[in-house]
Formats: sequence, structure tokens, C-alpha cells
Amino acid sequence: MPSVSMTVNGKKASGTVEPRTLLVQFLRETLALTGTHVGCDTSQCGCCVVLVNGDSVKSCTMLAVQADGATVTTIEGLAKGDELHPMQAAFREHHGLQCGYCTPGMVMSALDLVKHNKKPSEQQIREWLEGNLCRCTGYHNIVKAIKAGAEAMAK
Amino acid sequence: MYDFHYHKAKSVAEAASLVGKAADGKLVAGGMTLIPALKLRLSKPSDLVDLGGIAELKGIKKDGNAVVIGSMTRHIEVAESAEVKQAIPALAQLAAHIGDPAVRNRGTLGGSISNNDPAADYPAAVLALNATIVTNKRKIPADQFFKGMFETALEAGEIVTSVSFPIPDKAAYMKFPNPASRYAIVGVFVAKAKDGVRVAVTGAGPVVFRQKDMEAALAKTFSADAIKGVAQKSSGLNADIHASAEYRAHLVGVMAKRAIQAAG
Repeated sequence: MPSVSMTVNGKKASGTVEPRTLLVQFLRETLALTGTHVGCDTSQCGCCVVLVNGDSVKSCTMLAVQADGATVTTIEGLAKGDELHPMQAAFREHHGLQCGYCTPGMVMSALDLVKHNKKPSEQQIREWLEGNLCRCTGYHNIVKAIKAGAEAMAK
Repeated sequence: MYDFHYHKAKSVAEAASLVGKAADGKLVAGGMTLIPALKLRLSKPSDLVDLGGIAELKGIKKDGNAVVIGSMTRHIEVAESAEVKQAIPALAQLAAHIGDPAVRNRGTLGGSISNNDPAADYPAAVLALNATIVTNKRKIPADQFFKGMFETALEAGEIVTSVSFPIPDKAAYMKFPNPASRYAIVGVFVAKAKDGVRVAVTGAGPVVFRQKDMEAALAKTFSADAIKGVAQKSSGLNADIHASAEYRAHLVGVMAKRAIQAAG
């Protein structure tokens, strides 16, 4: 079986995987990073979004072997100890979650948006969230949270 | 997903050799269609040969009166390329509206056209812009590349290395997207170049096609009014829960008019 090694949340991580192992399985089952969720498992819902070399990727639609050598950031890699990342803090402040299942993917997608667009408008945020579904349909506060999170990150 | 052997090729030659040697080898580019298909067990390759590590397949450059895009260039890179935005803004605009951001961060031009999904966006641009598909074996004109539903002129072991897009005088792409997948229910790419006007339609039929009646009308006068009397026939068009063949035929006219207006 192939072995893979990558940098996950700043730490070296490696393991032996079957070629068919998905990146999300490697993160959740081998590394026990269960903050990245599996919602639809068909690359639609975006609950499994992580950053691979800084780009948002649906980790249910990428093989672990394809991420060999990559730098991966998951939701667990954002806070500094007890201090939430500004985007996480904004989600808490603006109640950008109801059940919370889609939240890790929403936050990771939001960070990729801010990378491309430091001051996104409401319309741009809504368009960017094309690939992230919230079954509680709480989009309104998610959009507000991302706008505030982007502003906080610019400070 | 069924198990398979995985190989990360370092060069096009190595990828061709690996896929040739395999009992039932398959190339993977961005994997945005192939990985979901593997997960559904719709495909069972013995070997997967990953093109993701081949640097020579990536990049965008201007070459005379054409923009040449490497086959492993991702949609996000085409969407944000200053060169593409300046030379063929319609192409950058098209790439910016494929799927969602996570798909655009992985999906590639070569993967999209090699898969040739009947509702994919890129085939419309390749056909309307009269692009040339460059492979490890030959150069294929767009008119000869898209053969049928999920079927291209590519032979076994043939790998798309780049696509050369001649720069048009003006062009625009308009699509009526499926609200869930953002695949085109109907997408129309209109391009006006020195050698004429080309209108390519995706999503409507089993494979991307040229609307030659519209091309003839637009060659005389390039305006939305010029195609007023040109009707798209519904026979042979796709029909599914999203849209009937008649509705798709209607949308071809509407999207074409909008594209002509957007091209200016």
C-alpha cells in the first residue's frame, strides 16, 4: 500500500493508505481530525472543504495519495490555543450556524474567498458559497459572519 | 470505490507509457468527474495515472494571435489570468462560472474536454473559438474533436497537452445553468473572428454542436436581431427532468441573443 506524507495544520503527518482512500477519510480516520465533516459524499455540499496548498478543496473528491507532499489546513488548524481565528469568532458572534454540521466547510471556504477578495460584498459571498450547502438554511447569518470575518481579518 | 493501482506520472511520456501498460488504465486530471464516478462504481480502472505532477502541462501563454493553455491548467487559473482576461475575456468569464470554487480549484481544461460531458462549458469555447487541441501525438481541430456524448477523437493513450485558442475580434458565452450543479442546461458561445462567426451550443444536445443557421445570419449582420427568424429545431435535443427538448431549443435562441449582445 502506498504511504503518504503531508503537512497538516503545521505538523508532519504520514500514514499508509489504499490508493482509493479519500483525503477526508485519511484526515478523519487516520489523523482523527473529525472537524472536517462528510455530508453528501458526492462533492456537492461542501461540509468536507479543507485547504490544500491554500486552495479550498472538497476532501471527499480528492484521493489521499493526490495530497502526498501537500500542505493541508483543516478547521482544527485555525485557532491559536483558546483564541479563535477571526473568521471563527465572526461565526460565533453573528450566530452563523444552527446545527453546525456545515460550519467547518463554510469557514474554510470563506478563508479561500478572503484570499481572492479581501473585501467581499454580500453578493460575492453568496456566489462564492455556491458549493456549500446549509440544510438549516441559515445562509443569512453565515453571509453576515463571513463579511464581518473578512473585515476582522483585514485589521 | 473499487481498488486500483495509483501512479503519479512525472512526464507526459511516462503517463502514456503507464496507461498503455495497464490492463485497463485511466488518466486522472483534476478528478472532478472521475472521482465521483469511481465512488459510484460506474468505472473500474485497474490503474489510475495522475497527471497532476506534470509541470509541462500547466500554464498560460500568448503565442502570436492565440492564447495557449496547458491541459492541466485549473479553471481558477484561467478565470484569474490577466492574459486571458485581456485577450479572450469571454473565456475567463466562462471558467469563472464552472461548478463552484472548490471545483474550479481542482478541475482542469484538459480534463473537461477529454471527458466531453454534454453539459460542460469548455467544449463550447473550444468549438466556437475554432481552437486546436494539441496532444502527445498530433494536433486536432476543434471541429473534429468532439464526437459524441462523452466521446472524443482521442485514441487510447493519447493525452491532451494544451489547447490553442485563436484570439477573436469579439466573443461572449451565456449559459442557463442548472441551479444545483451549475452545469449548462443550455450554454451558447458566440465568437466573431476574421474568418467568420461561429456559434457553439452546449448542454442542449448529446454533444456540443455549431448552430450554422445562426452563424450564416450573423456573418451578414452581427446583431441579436439578425437571428430573430432563426429557429433551433428541438428534434434530437436532450430532454430530462430539468428541461424538455422544446424548452432547450427555445433557450438556444435566448442564450445566443444574450451572448451576441454581451459580445457587443
